Amino acid sequence: MTMLLSLIIGLGLFFAIGWSSRLAMHAVAPAQHKPIYRDMPLTAAFGIAVILIYVLVATLAPLIAPFGEGEVVGDQYLPWAAPYHLGTDKLGRDMLTRLIYGARNTVGIAFATTALAFVVGSILGIWAALQGGWVDQVLSRFVDALMAIPALIFSLLLLTIFGTSVLTLILVIAAVDATRVYRLARSVSQGIVVMDYIEAARLRGEGTWRLIRREILPNAMAPLVAEFGLRFCFVFLAISALSFLGLGIKPPTADWGSMVRENATLITFGDITPLLPAGAIALLTVAVNFVVDWQLHRASGLKE
Amino acid sequence: MDKQVLLTIKGLQIEGRSGDAWHKIVKGVDLTLHKGEVLGLIGESGAGKSTLGLAAMGFARDGCRISGGTIDFDGINLRTAPEADRRALRGKRIAYVAQSAAASFNPAHKLIDQYCEGPVIHGVMSREKAEADAVELYRRMRLPNPEEIGFRYPHQVSGGQLQRAMTAMAMACRPDLIIFDEPTTALDVTTQIEVLAAIRDIVRQFGTAAIYITHDLAVVAQMADRIKVLLRGDEVEEADTRTMLAAPREDYTRSLWAVRSFARAEQAPASGTPVVSVRNVTAGYGAVDILKDISFDIHARRTVAVVGESGSGKSTAARVITGLLPPRRGEILMGGKPLPASFKARSRDELRQCQMIYQMADTALNPKLRLRELIGRPAEMYLGLKGRALEDRIRELLALIELEPDKYIDRLPSELSGGQKQRIGIARALAAEPALIICDEVTSALDQIVQEGILKLLDRLQSELNLAYMFITHDLATVKSIADEVVVMQQGVVVERGPKSDLFANPREDYTNLLLSSVPEMDPDWLTRLLAARGGNA
Repeated sequence: MTMLLSLIIGLGLFFAIGWSSRLAMHAVAPAQHKPIYRDMPLTAAFGIAVILIYVLVATLAPLIAPFGEGEVVGDQYLPWAAPYHLGTDKLGRDMLTRLIYGARNTVGIAFATTALAFVVGSILGIWAALQGGWVDQVLSRFVDALMAIPALIFSLLLLTIFGTSVLTLILVIAAVDATRVYRLARSVSQGIVVMDYIEAARLRGEGTWRLIRREILPNAMAPLVAEFGLRFCFVFLAISALSFLGLGIKPPTADWGSMVRENATLITFGDITPLLPAGAIALLTVAVNFVVDWQLHRASGLKE
Repeated sequence: MDKQVLLTIKGLQIEGRSGDAWHKIVKGVDLTLHKGEVLGLIGESGAGKSTLGLAAMGFARDGCRISGGTIDFDGINLRTAPEADRRALRGKRIAYVAQSAAASFNPAHKLIDQYCEGPVIHGVMSREKAEADAVELYRRMRLPNPEEIGFRYPHQVSGGQLQRAMTAMAMACRPDLIIFDEPTTALDVTTQIEVLAAIRDIVRQFGTAAIYITHDLAVVAQMADRIKVLLRGDEVEEADTRTMLAAPREDYTRSLWAVRSFARAEQAPASGTPVVSVRNVTAGYGAVDILKDISFDIHARRTVAVVGESGSGKSTAARVITGLLPPRRGEILMGGKPLPASFKARSRDELRQCQMIYQMADTALNPKLRLRELIGRPAEMYLGLKGRALEDRIRELLALIELEPDKYIDRLPSELSGGQKQRIGIARALAAEPALIICDEVTSALDQIVQEGILKLLDRLQSELNLAYMFITHDLATVKSIADEVVVMQQGVVVERGPKSDLFANPREDYTNLLLSSVPEMDPDWLTRLLAARGGNA
């Protein structure tokens, strides 16, 4: 009965959020973009709303959170009751506070990592496609070699060599992910560099940077954006996996992956608290993929 | 006409979907076709010719629907007949020949396998009999090596042969009706003749009725018994071919007839230093020489047309001039000074002097950039224009190509028609303020009325801006209207060159003669006479 009830409430929330966010975006959008938002599916509107909420929570974390990030406020494993609305963890830190800060740390790091991987991967990929010849050969074979090593093992290896600070974490995962982005960007661009407008731009005497930035990138954007969404989720999972293994984000920094591990024992007592950070990850993953699907659909020009 | 009626279409309406709305593509057209008769359907692009042709098979493309009228094929109502019945007709009693045979054949199967598919599925003949029949029809279509050609894959035969193989395939079940949708539009003039002659013979031999769709009036004049003119989904007029050619009733038909009348004023022979000289250039890819020792000059305010069939090296010559393909021997002079062989070694000013307009405006304009940037970029880059001055220049250029600046400046290429896109290609070339513009088949993807507009525009710009044009084309009608000098190429060699009037009046070389005589004329007896003359010579 409760299952059914929560399902109905969940669906209701989904439609409410999706609907209102679509209306809001349609109202705010400049006139020339209005049709895009009018035809937007509810899933995408819901996804955008969820992402916006996460971003808001992450940026305003110190203002929203009732306590300090690493502050011990009470006994261990307190139940859900005011002032600790979601209880406390095994050291007596407020769960809600740590969830809110976790958004900032986990999402922030995942975003920085994915962005870095994309900047490096797509620029190198487009450059390789544009130059061809030995530049392409050297870069591509190097990337092939890196991709031959399993990603998790490779990042574990690098993290043990360079130590586990947040910066090295970002750099290592970005380096691993950039290889995948490079592959995609290169193959997409190879189809673009043979077009007449690239030939025209070359004959005009345009430099490499301008060719990449203005002539190729806008045309390669759709698959790259879609890939960005997927990569973002993978990075998320990679950070959580590494944190779970103890090589990711160091305590007392709040992080969703390690929060699941630290509080896992509670599950045996029928307490769902450890599932909350896992749920937060899952919700964001779903939201991002909703938006990505919509973008893919738009970019491929499919009309059913 | 006392012949039996084969196909009757009455009040046919077809709608196409754009977004959520349906708009009419064909607005109530009537059509009657007798057994063994050839009906020509003509009109510019978007007139609904192909849609009507497909509807004659009871078929509507994806996103289209037949919304009114009746289609009656030999007593069968194609609108109400179940899909299974219609499928039994298609390929067996009604066949279709598409514009691009290369895109319509399945590249993974041999020609003869694709030939046999129809007859075997429809149970008309056994596989062995179909194969023997294929060879017979290949012979009648005058394909070389009819016994052997069917066992090749589509990429192993030429475009003209493929088009004939497809016509043979359409004939496989001896249909009562064949629909030809622009079967020769993508072919060279010399190849076109062969295909036209073969199609006409076979249709006559078997007494097949046909609907022949084209935008080329001279072609339809050779093929059709009757002509129907369409404009934006409506019938303009219909009459038998000779009446229609001699005395068209409607203004629109007359304007179609007059389309080829544009001719550039005769120019005095050019003198002085040529803008560009090609001197003894030999160039090619890999070990193969595509161009063999070619030379020609282009002067300011003059148009040099480079003609020849596909594979003759016309476009390669353009690539050598622009520096995309450095020549093996020989050089390019610009204003008397030698240019570096590769465009990478050329200075910005040397690059500016020579601009190019491409055949396919769709691929030549970056689809993600607005016209402001597409046209503005060369002006910004070469002439250092910024801000207000740049904006003014872009507007000036748009006005020059007859597009309203306020309306178009912030559009994307996808928001323009084919002809407008080509105009943007011209504006982009003009923005660099070049001395030479290379036009690579710029009008061949456009229909005739739009072509005429582009040619007139190019001609006007030339006299206003002192431009030199190198005009690459396989369409001799275009050459006739715009060229001052003609360079005829065949297999990488310049066969003949000279002023247009001399060359057209008394061509010295056999090849030039062959090219010139292959251009279809409006006279319905032209093809018959030409074939008789050529047959007599051979």
